[in-house]
Amino acid sequence: MTYHAEVFVTLKPVVNDPAGLTIKGGLQALGFDSVSDVRAGKYLVVTLDADDEGDARSRVEEMTRQLLANAVIEDYRIELKVPSPATAAGQGGGS
Amino acid sequence: MRTGIVVFPGTWSDRDCAHAVSEVLGQPARYVDHREERLDDLDLVILPGGFSYGDYLRCGAIARFAPVMEAVTDFANRGGLVFGICNGFQILQEARLLPGALLRNASCEFRCEWVNLRVEQSESAFTLDCRPGQVLRIPISHGEGNFFVDPQTLGAIERNGQVVFRYCAPDGRVTAESNPNGSLGNIAGIANARGNVVGLMPHPERACEDLLGGTDGLALFRSAIHALDRVAV
Repeated sequence: MTYHAEVFVTLKPVVNDPAGLTIKGGLQALGFDSVSDVRAGKYLVVTLDADDEGDARSRVEEMTRQLLANAVIEDYRIELKVPSPATAAGQGGGS
Repeated sequence: MRTGIVVFPGTWSDRDCAHAVSEVLGQPARYVDHREERLDDLDLVILPGGFSYGDYLRCGAIARFAPVMEAVTDFANRGGLVFGICNGFQILQEARLLPGALLRNASCEFRCEWVNLRVEQSESAFTLDCRPGQVLRIPISHGEGNFFVDPQTLGAIERNGQVVFRYCAPDGRVTAESNPNGSLGNIAGIANARGNVVGLMPHPERACEDLLGGTDGLALFRSAIHALDRVAV
């Protein structure tokens, strides 16, 4: 089965984020005075084949720990998109 | 001093390093392809500056898994001298051969300028020829050199004498104004506990000839030669 995993990588709260601060300054310069903070991060979509949802999740966890996020400075969150039956059937039928 | 200079896709300071080692210092040097798996013929391995793998994901994150890095790790664990300059420093941290990480410069600017570095200790393989407190003038050229580490590890590397260089004023004072990138404690370079692996953001290979504006970088390479002499004796 093909899965899509969304991986959100963000700097840990204690890590200074110059890019986020610069973006915040840009928003405030545009007049968005209500903005008090901006944190910038990375968004990755990993498409992978796995036996089931648990298998897909553990593989993405492993690849995120090894490469996609650096535990020294970053946190991450993974959201797995389970293929709908229609999509799965479509792929199976080769349409 | 048989020197290997590792070349990843996107490395850009390899030739500057080779020039400094072979032409200026007269030591044998060869390039090491990122796919090589044996470094037995070498005394010193340099991971030069550049933008390995386009700096994609994080600086050094992809290079860290190149086949040569397993050999570099073995080499370092056997006591071989490893010198990470700029992107090479970032790669050594990603490989966990050195602690911490290098974040985007606090200014969000790419900084390319001469800086002053205070030598914090003369025990590492790359500062044997220096004296603590000595100020070296060496250029930087980076967008992500903002040294970060958790407070506990910072305390440990400070106590262990693993901080090798700090950004400073010309007279050696460590000031906020002399910090070009927001690094914690003005840290510009660190060593592992054993002192055989050193990483720094500035480019000593670009400060080895008067023609280039200064020769203070020579002390680091000469220190490595003397560190090897020490081992040989």
